[in-house]
Parts: sequence; structure tokens; C-alpha cells
Amino acid sequence: MKTAILKYNAGNTRSVLFALERLGVEATVTDDPEELKAADKVIFPGVGEASTAMAYLRERKLDTLIKDLKQPVLGICLGMQLLCKHSEENNTDCIGVFDLEVKKFQSPVENLLKIPQIGWNNITGLHSVIFEHVNQNDYMYFVHSYFAELGSETTAIANYVINYSAALQKDNFYAVQFHPEKSAEAGQNIIESFLRL
Amino acid sequence: MLTKRIIPCLDIKDGRTVKGVNFENIRDAGDPIELGALYAEQGADELVFLDITATNERRKTLSELVTKIARHVNIPFTVGGGISSVEDVSVLLNAGADKVSVNTAAFKNPQLLNDLSREFGSQCIVLAIDTRFEDGDWFVYLNGGRVKTDILTTDWAKEAVDRGAGEILLTSMNNDGTKQGFALDITGRLSQNLHVPVIASGGAGTMEHFADVFEKAGADAALAASIFHYKEMEIQELKTYLYKRGVQIRF
Repeated sequence: MKTAILKYNAGNTRSVLFALERLGVEATVTDDPEELKAADKVIFPGVGEASTAMAYLRERKLDTLIKDLKQPVLGICLGMQLLCKHSEENNTDCIGVFDLEVKKFQSPVENLLKIPQIGWNNITGLHSVIFEHVNQNDYMYFVHSYFAELGSETTAIANYVINYSAALQKDNFYAVQFHPEKSAEAGQNIIESFLRL
Repeated sequence: MLTKRIIPCLDIKDGRTVKGVNFENIRDAGDPIELGALYAEQGADELVFLDITATNERRKTLSELVTKIARHVNIPFTVGGGISSVEDVSVLLNAGADKVSVNTAAFKNPQLLNDLSREFGSQCIVLAIDTRFEDGDWFVYLNGGRVKTDILTTDWAKEAVDRGAGEILLTSMNNDGTKQGFALDITGRLSQNLHVPVIASGGAGTMEHFADVFEKAGADAALAASIFHYKEMEIQELKTYLYKRGVQIRF
């Protein structure tokens, strides 16, 4: 099995690579179109800012390449947000696999909430094959200021200020807002389920 | 619900943990990787590695160690100690650290916080403050608590957050090592007035101290070293206690 991690200017690629290594899986970090297309699984990681990341992907035509991939793709954090239609972060048009808007958390005035959300939050309403080996209300590690709204493609819900999409799925595209590579055993199980697809 | 975090802190010197007793289930308690992985397994929510090495080779040794930790530990971790430039941070994040903490260098050159947050994002920049209560207020101390400043902790924390610090790691020197509880007053003042998470440090002795710092001071996370290293408290036992008290905790 060939697993490719997309190389671009917003990455926690090293953490993802190490998480795969802990599962005994060797992966390539690449932005080579042929290598990406030939991979059995593609992971689209991300820690960074949406407009800079999209500009980088567009310049290299990686945005259309990602959208046309037929094998299972897993978007993580910013990777998930970039798979949505549009992000409020610097008013950025994204790849558009998921027909959803990415918005910024707004803290209620009367009850100061810290933004970004940093830490472990529980996920509910799980219904995707990648959650086969996690339980409702298991905790995942989140670090983000922007979130994808709820929609018909939502496969897990988290709550911070409001309910939002902790995970999405459409056809061969899977995406999670949290960092499975940093979410202890529960996160490891999700990556493992994805790799088994 | 977002949970409160329990964070064991490991002091590192020349690639080895400084504190730490004999843990039955690991071969080498002086090995930061083994100890870190053990804490992760026991339910720690994050780890902090504080490098106190003073030699010239420290940077290379530290980045190699960070990569080894990142390979083996499946929870987020912060690396701190003597970090003073964008280059230092770049090396550590590329080596696999999730966050870095800066202290004295940021105080002496506050622009560093602007530069770091612009370059890497606020979410991975932790500002550590050592503070002491005297003459009626809390003041910032530098160089591991050896150098006093006349700047109020509340003022410095606010400026640091405005400049891009994404979290504050607050250590009360009055409380550190006493096992009499965290400094609820200053932790609460920062936590209620800043829009970034506050990690309380210094003074943990009992499980109730953790409950107090979360419930009374509103801390987002609590850090401790010796009570975990000397096995005076098991993380799992602490989390069970907090859970039963109704504190939001990953369990």
C-alpha cells in the first residue's frame, strides 16, 4: 500500500508521518502530481493560514488535482477547511469538495471564550467507517479558530460556542477538524481505520 | 465540552530528565522519551519539556531529542528553555515539537512574540512567566527566577497576548515547591482577563489543589512536575477525582 502525505506550505507533515510510523506504515511526503495520483491513500494535513495555503496550492494546480482524486483522501485540520467551499479566514475560496462555509468562532460577550480553541473536546453523532474503533464522546485534540458549519456531510459533531462539524465525509473524501495524529490512542484508531479503507 | 488539561513537566539536561524516580514499568526514568510516553499512556493531556542544558551543543542535542519524542509520543508537547530567536523556534517545530515556550528572551525583546506568531501562528507560541508576589503585587522575574523586574505580571501578560502569545504558562515562585496549592489570585486574574488559555504552574500538592485552580481560578490547564515524578499522585487517580467533582476532564 502506498500512502502519500501532501507536501505544501502549511503542514504538520512531520507529526502525521510519525503517527503513521507508529502504526508501522511508511509514507511519502510529496507534491508530485503523478505520485499523488498513484497513491492508495492521500493525507492532506495542515496547520497554517487558509489564503496563503490556497494560493500555494493553486499556483501548483494542486487544488484541482486534490478535487479529482479517486482514492480515499483524509483532510486534517486546515486540510479539512480547505476541502470546504469558502473560508472566512481572509475571505478565501477553497477547494469545494464539501459545500460548506468555514467561519470564525465568535466569543459571546457575557462569557469570554478563548480563541483559538486549544485542547481536548469530545465528538458525538459519529457515523463514518473511520470511527469504527472510537466511541461516542471520545476526546480528540483540537487547535483552531475557524470551524466548518454543520451540514448533510457532517459525520461527527463537536461543541465550542456552537455545534460544528468535527468531521465530514463525501464519496472518497474524509476530513477531521481535530488532530488524530496527536489524539492518543483514539486518534491512532481513526488513522488506522482510514488506512484500512 | 473542551476539557481542562493536566500537564506533566519534564526538566531535561543533556538529553536526560533531571527529576524522576524509579518507575516500575519503564526501564529508564532518566529517559525523557520513555517517561513522556508513560505519562501519555497514563492519561496526560500534554507534556512540557524544559531544557536546562547550558552547553553550546544544546541546540543540536535538543532538536534530536525533540524528533525522538515526536516519534514516540502520541499527544501534543511543548518545548522550552533558552529559546531566543525565530531560528530556534523554526528548528524545534521542524524537529516535531507542537509548541514552544519562550520566557526571558521575549521579555527582553517583545517583538520576538510578534515575529513568532506571524511566522508560525499564535497557537504554537506559549509565553512562560515566572512571577513573585511582593510589595502588594505580582512582578515578573527573569532568568529562571533569579532576576527581578519592576513590571507587573498582569501588564506583561496582556502585552504579550496583544503581540501574539497563544497561551500563558504562569509559574508562581511563591508557590513553587511548597505543595500548598497554586496561586489562585494571579492565575484567576490572568485567566479572566485574557482571551488565551492560562496554564497554572507551581504549588500542586493535592488533588484538591487542581480542582481549586480549575474551579476557583478558571485555569485552562495545570502543570506539575515532582508530584508526578515522585509518584505522589497518579494522573489517572487525579483525573478520576476531578471527574467525580464535575470538572470537565478527558477521561
